[in-house]
Amino acid sequence: MSTATLHETTHHDTHGDAHHDHHHQETFITKYVFSQDHKTIAKQFLVTGIIWAIIGGLFSVIFRLQLANPEATYPWLEDLLGHWAQGGKLQPEFYYALVTMHGTILVFFVLTAGLSGTFANFLIPLQIGARDMASPMLNMLSYWFFFLASVIMMSSLFVQTGPASGGWTIYPPLSALGDASSGSKIGMDLWLVSMAMFIVSSLLGGLNYISTILNMRTKGMSMTRMPLTIWALFFTAVLGVLSFPVLLSGAILLLFDRNLGTSFYLSDIVVAGKILPNEGGSAILFQHLFWFLGHPEVYIILLPAMGMSSEILSVNSRKPIFGYMAMVGSLFAITILAFLVWAHHMFVTGLNPFLGSVFVLLTLLIAVPSAIKVFNWLTTLWKGNIRFTPAMMFAIGFVSLFISGGLTGIFLGNSALDIHLHDTYFVIAHFHIVMGVASFFGMFAGVYHWYPKMFGRYLNNTLAYIHFWVTIVGAYLIFWPMHYEGLAGMPRRYYDFSNWESFKMFGSLNQFISIVAMIVFAVQILFVINFFYSIWKGRKVKDLNPWNANTLEWTTPLRPGHGNWPGDIPEVHRWPYDYSKDGKDFIAQDVPVGADESKH
Amino acid sequence: MKEFYFIAIVVIVFVVIFQIAKASEYVSVLKGEEKSRKQNNKINAFLMIAFLVFGLFGAWYCNELYFSKTLFPQGSASVEGEKIDLMLYITLAVTGSVFIITQVLLFWFVFNYQEKDGQKAFYFPHNNKLELLWTTVPAIFLTVLVVFGLKYWFKMTAPAPADAVVVEITGHQFAWEMRYPGTDGKLGKKNYKLYNQPSGNTLGVDFEDPESWDDLHTTEMHLPVGKSVKLVINAMDVIHDVGLSHFRMKMDAVPGIPTTMWFTPKYTTEEMKKRTGNPNFVYEISCDQMCGKGHFSMRGVIVVESEADYKNWLAQQKPEYLTFYPEKDPTNKKTETVDSSMVSTPIAQTVSMK
Repeated sequence: MSTATLHETTHHDTHGDAHHDHHHQETFITKYVFSQDHKTIAKQFLVTGIIWAIIGGLFSVIFRLQLANPEATYPWLEDLLGHWAQGGKLQPEFYYALVTMHGTILVFFVLTAGLSGTFANFLIPLQIGARDMASPMLNMLSYWFFFLASVIMMSSLFVQTGPASGGWTIYPPLSALGDASSGSKIGMDLWLVSMAMFIVSSLLGGLNYISTILNMRTKGMSMTRMPLTIWALFFTAVLGVLSFPVLLSGAILLLFDRNLGTSFYLSDIVVAGKILPNEGGSAILFQHLFWFLGHPEVYIILLPAMGMSSEILSVNSRKPIFGYMAMVGSLFAITILAFLVWAHHMFVTGLNPFLGSVFVLLTLLIAVPSAIKVFNWLTTLWKGNIRFTPAMMFAIGFVSLFISGGLTGIFLGNSALDIHLHDTYFVIAHFHIVMGVASFFGMFAGVYHWYPKMFGRYLNNTLAYIHFWVTIVGAYLIFWPMHYEGLAGMPRRYYDFSNWESFKMFGSLNQFISIVAMIVFAVQILFVINFFYSIWKGRKVKDLNPWNANTLEWTTPLRPGHGNWPGDIPEVHRWPYDYSKDGKDFIAQDVPVGADESKH
Repeated sequence: MKEFYFIAIVVIVFVVIFQIAKASEYVSVLKGEEKSRKQNNKINAFLMIAFLVFGLFGAWYCNELYFSKTLFPQGSASVEGEKIDLMLYITLAVTGSVFIITQVLLFWFVFNYQEKDGQKAFYFPHNNKLELLWTTVPAIFLTVLVVFGLKYWFKMTAPAPADAVVVEITGHQFAWEMRYPGTDGKLGKKNYKLYNQPSGNTLGVDFEDPESWDDLHTTEMHLPVGKSVKLVINAMDVIHDVGLSHFRMKMDAVPGIPTTMWFTPKYTTEEMKKRTGNPNFVYEISCDQMCGKGHFSMRGVIVVESEADYKNWLAQQKPEYLTFYPEKDPTNKKTETVDSSMVSTPIAQTVSMK
């Protein structure tokens, strides 16, 4: 079916939402570059995210090389990195730059833009029955601001003094003073400007997602009939819209401190032998502003993965998701609580102990909605008829990782225990499992599940299974032993442990972790090859609804054009989880309710 | 050349895996896609349960290998830290059992309810009783953890005992410096603008304040065993963090905002050498907050010793004031007057800055 005929038919629209005129000739530029089609924008986010993920992952491989073998020299590293790896040995400044960029790239560019940007764009209109976003123009700008942010961040890798190197949390005064660290020179300004662009992108996207979900649902698609993916993406957008502006203000104040001589974060400082005039600022103020975004950010990363896993677990166990309303309620509870727990990152800053205790209570409260979600997922699987599609495997892996990483949060959220564990490898293990690897699993699940809809072809299954098994085994092998390093008090962000009597006994373990990390990285490359190869050469999708799913995206043509449905947008008559009801394998959302049908 | 072979091998492995994967696709078409899908399903279901078994075994094995290397078998080196160890064990018991139950259920369910011919999934959209159960049970467990946690938290963050030994510790890129209050028990005033590197007044001590005259400035921290210690924590340049993992203590050093923490060392360094069986054992101060390129080398040492040894060590230290103004030193009468005038010059400059 050619796109031209699709565009002809978009005008037969009973809902009367006057759509853009598609009769004009689409050029390559308007179709693939400055496209306003939400599906194309989603793919742009996905491909950009994949490129960033390779870069961010590669950085971790390089700094793991240093941790594995602090004494070794690699001549090829000098060929690659020049004076950053003088004599084939990674310099400490550059080690810290790599750590910082690894965090920044993966948290913001991959797991925020790459994840939300891809799936909110792709799924919201398709699953709620809309022809596009509320504002396709802002949607396009959202991508291009992200692109601009990417270009600026990328350029910071090539300045002479190096990119930002104070950790992805960029705490001042370290990040405010060029004399304190070479990464705090021009690299830091570029980081801040890039993040400002990134926040603009995120806000344009978020506002669009919220207004689209609230206003553009098809007939019959009440809020309580929305798939959980949409609920999760909705709450994600709300979190982003309310918290990102706070980071923006924090970043702007930091830019002022850096370049205009203000003292928001600076007080009583002697750096590199120079006595600074700044007095009366508070370095801790920045941490409050940062974590007011920083903590919701964790859920911005996690909620889309939760939503997609819920959907995929239900479809592939041929059962309704258990406790739909409880799932929505717990998403809502997590969203509210996400705003009230930021200071649990600051228990050892000298925070007022009473204030700390309030944050302990609110933090551990999050475990309740999280527990509800886990038990509901387990009950969804119970007495199912489970098909192990690659997407399903990753969704199951997501649940396993979410449990493992979520439980260690109970250690860290309890301030007394956090005194010992704060800023150790225990924290690294915790957040890499629960927010890093788990959301990556959600993202992979999403890619494997919706790839046929995105590209009209399948990914190679064998490669997918190899990808899954190596990744989940590898992820546990990498991060599980790190808990023990953390319990021994081994601090984060150390370039070399060999001079420490207390930490040097983990040398061989660090070597082991690095080797596994490299294997896992190699397997991700295999996934990327599979991804790009299959766009053109994958097995063609012949079935309109390959997973026998209920949601609306599978009622569109194999390769939907701009506008999604050639004819009328289907009307919705039921919730999306009627699997195995009344002896029928599945009943799609657009099937009218039969007279003799039982109620759920 | 070695690199070239390495890259070549990696590429070949990739190509081989890719070709096998491609071939498997054709094989599945020949065999019938439905049949090969079912076969894959069986294999993966089996791998899931195998993953559970090997995973639990792996977790046990990892514990065997590394638990002895954590700080918990040797116990906390501070009295207050014992509470943290107890908290850890309580939390570990609760989360450990939840971990095992949920992971076993997850992988058992996916294995047991794998797709079978003739098996029908059970339509089970919700059950309020069950949902209420797993809302309240976690809530109860968490209340217990919060109550314990906050009890200890308030104990540890309460003001230090009045008789605590006071030591000031200041972090700068990339080392720690200590200041002891001397015989008057009071630390002299400081002003960061009095900082003077050439003179050695690296802490910005105000020597016009008489309370500073008996203060000691050291690079090593000595502490008496069995007495509470209160650390007053400062930073000169960026945020650092005094990490004392053996004592289970940690507190940020923030420029412009002094912080404190207190604890009671239980064992001397010598006792710890025996307890840990490590003749090289030292209490180390690690910087636990990213502070720049030398962050990983910002190491300090604490020597915990008997009260007598501690007093002895204190007596050997010369007040910093006397290093700057040797003419005020009673043990230094009328000797080397030329030297003393040289040393005092930078101080005069520093004071005049005010």
